[in-house]
Amino acid sequence: MNVSSVKGSMSISSSTSTWKAGDTISDQFPAGLRVLVVDDDPTCLMILEKMLIACLYKVTKCNRAETALSKLRENKNGYDIVLSDVHMPDMDGFKLLEHIGLEMDLPVIMMSADDGKQVVMKGVTHGACDYLIKPVRIEALKNIWQHVVRKRKNEWKEFEQSGSVEEGDRQPKQSDDADYSSSANEGNWKGSKKRKDEEEETDERDDTSTLKKPRVVWSVELHQQFVAAVNQLGIDTVPKKILELMNVPGLTRENVASHLQKYRLYLRRLSGVSQHQSNLSTIISAQDPTFGSLSSLSGLDLQTLAATGQLPAQSLARLQAAGLGRATAKSGIPITLVDQRNIFSFENPKLRFGEGQQQHMTNKQQVNLLHGIPTTMEPKQLVSLRHAAQSIGNMNMQVPPHGAQSSQNNPLLMQMGQQQQQQQQSRGQILVDSTINHAPRLSSSMGQPILSNGIATNVSSRNGIPENIRAPGYSQTPSMLNFPMNHASELPGNSFALGSTPGVSILTSKGAFQEDVNSEIKGSGGLMPSYDVFNDLDQHKPQSWELQNVGMAFDTSQHSNSLQGNLDLTQSALGQQGFSSGQMNGHNRSAAVASKAMFSTGDVKELGSAQNVNQHLNNLLVDNTIRVKSERVCDTSPANIFPDHFGQDDLMSALLKQQESVASSENEFDFDGYSMNNIPV
Amino acid sequence: MERNPIRMQLAIMRQSLFDQGHVDEQFVQLEELQDDANPNFVEEVVTLYYRDSARIILNIEQALERKPFDFGKLDAYMHQFKGSSSSIGAKKVKAESTLFRECCKSGNGEGCMRSFQQLKKEYATLRKKFGAYFQLARQAGPVETASRPK
Repeated sequence: MNVSSVKGSMSISSSTSTWKAGDTISDQFPAGLRVLVVDDDPTCLMILEKMLIACLYKVTKCNRAETALSKLRENKNGYDIVLSDVHMPDMDGFKLLEHIGLEMDLPVIMMSADDGKQVVMKGVTHGACDYLIKPVRIEALKNIWQHVVRKRKNEWKEFEQSGSVEEGDRQPKQSDDADYSSSANEGNWKGSKKRKDEEEETDERDDTSTLKKPRVVWSVELHQQFVAAVNQLGIDTVPKKILELMNVPGLTRENVASHLQKYRLYLRRLSGVSQHQSNLSTIISAQDPTFGSLSSLSGLDLQTLAATGQLPAQSLARLQAAGLGRATAKSGIPITLVDQRNIFSFENPKLRFGEGQQQHMTNKQQVNLLHGIPTTMEPKQLVSLRHAAQSIGNMNMQVPPHGAQSSQNNPLLMQMGQQQQQQQQSRGQILVDSTINHAPRLSSSMGQPILSNGIATNVSSRNGIPENIRAPGYSQTPSMLNFPMNHASELPGNSFALGSTPGVSILTSKGAFQEDVNSEIKGSGGLMPSYDVFNDLDQHKPQSWELQNVGMAFDTSQHSNSLQGNLDLTQSALGQQGFSSGQMNGHNRSAAVASKAMFSTGDVKELGSAQNVNQHLNNLLVDNTIRVKSERVCDTSPANIFPDHFGQDDLMSALLKQQESVASSENEFDFDGYSMNNIPV
Repeated sequence: MERNPIRMQLAIMRQSLFDQGHVDEQFVQLEELQDDANPNFVEEVVTLYYRDSARIILNIEQALERKPFDFGKLDAYMHQFKGSSSSIGAKKVKAESTLFRECCKSGNGEGCMRSFQQLKKEYATLRKKFGAYFQLARQAGPVETASRPK
């Protein structure tokens, strides 16, 4: 872009106003770059300030996030870039990051002494431009201007796209530009095309629409506002109206447009349109309205989805809080699924892993889950998923923090199972099937690692594993588990029949989980073995087994101790058969239970109990031993599903199953104890 | 080559801080930020560090008096302390903070106590060394950037 046109557009856009002197950016740039640095540590703040001054930047320092936000709000165009610490007493750095992204759309660089992968990933998913590890060296600060340029460049493209490029005629429309540059789907784009006579614009436009404005983080609240607006205006409304109705400062028409697009896709999917992976986010986001009841949680999911898999810290926190605090309010299925996962993962992690790790994992997991779920689900699945999600949501809500989870989960599962019994089963199956099939896709599309991590983490963390697996697996695993379960009916205890079913294969992939898992599984080579383990061994690490199967490369398998937890998971996945062996005992039963529930083949009951946590599991497991329903355990290779769909699909299916089983389980499973009462919460 | 005896001594003292592992590369970063406009920048930062970190140390001490230990909180405090310490290049103190955090993560209360004692020792030793170093630095006066005719 040449300077003059840039200038022209710049003048229009507020963001360009930061450029100095207008005329040539290059001369003094990056000198004079206006930096806002936020850090509660006075020593670090002093050093950073000095370093930034040495880089010839114009520095403003704050030691509190709130102060920083108010400074930014007072003077939106007064800063070019923000540097913020992650750990601050008054507000989490990621939360600040979201606010800035949403309201001011400035590039934000996170800093922390923490260099854990999860934290860094969190920064990425929340939209940070960069992440610096403390202690920060001056060399790292010398180049931060690149983020400013990059962002401007993207914004300019947007402007140009809208045709404002011509000598600034268009400028006035900056906000309108958004209209033009918004998602191509809208078609407004074509209009802008006419304006510019530009051939090259086309490319830019494409880029622009892709680049768009800095990503907006669709927080729970924001999404809820969006949904409310859409409901009020009707789904066929235009982004502009929605934007006006929402009246959120800093939100652009483009943001709304792309979000609306996703939402529409989601709704379409729900109504039976085949889905695409890309729909995942849409679906997830869309789930909110669909589920209706979902409250903040849903929003969270959406957020997650919307954020392209980023799990906003808040959401995550919310989910966690929900799950941990047994919040029942939250519904969001996606969230639930995710939550479950998170909840589980968190729980587990806490038990086993370091806090940081867990959370990260969870977050990631959540993200994946969400992604994974929508894609694979077919319309029917969606429905089931929805149900499942709902159930899961319930589950999530109830998921008690760490240990409590299990008990909580159970009730949830049970609830879900009860609600959806019939549907669930079939749906679960479908869900499962589809998820399974898609699972592979999902994983690939999503970013499996995250899922895997999430799952893996869960899995590995004995405690967590059961839970994790469950959570994600609810949607997916249920299917997977179910499948194996069906086959497993024969199998004693292990009946997961994993071996037979594809799903089993997933489990069998021991490699993924290494640690305990491998050892646990011993035997059958995969899920199957774990079953045996479960059945036979009380303490086997079914978890690991599950982990392995899942294929998640959780190397985190950290705590093998809670095999039980894992076991539970695997069991649940398998269809609970394994659980009965009491492996679930003590371990994160919830996880196992959960997984079991998913399989619902009767296990639902079990699952429900699994949730209850250890106690039930133990009892249930022992009793049920393997009710594996053949129908449930599909052959779809759980492996695929598992890892990928762990998230929602599995959860959903699991939930569905649970419900079913819970409802009807009495006979099949010994559990009757699964009834909510039994679940020790 | 420092001809000034005080500067020579200062240089030796500085080198020993590095050699003994009390400070690391980050300390050099601070030194590089010091210039004519801020001739005592390093001392100011270190002073600020000791003042602020004393508060964190106190928090940790108090937390260690409450049983059972709230490892989460302890870890959070230490994370904060570690960040500060690493920003001034306090190598040994930083290493000890890491150990402490590991004890927190594994729920090792005993380990935490021991580690914290060690940390306080390193922290105090470094403070003394810095004290002596900066005192001498003030005596030595600003570093000459250009050779001055004698």
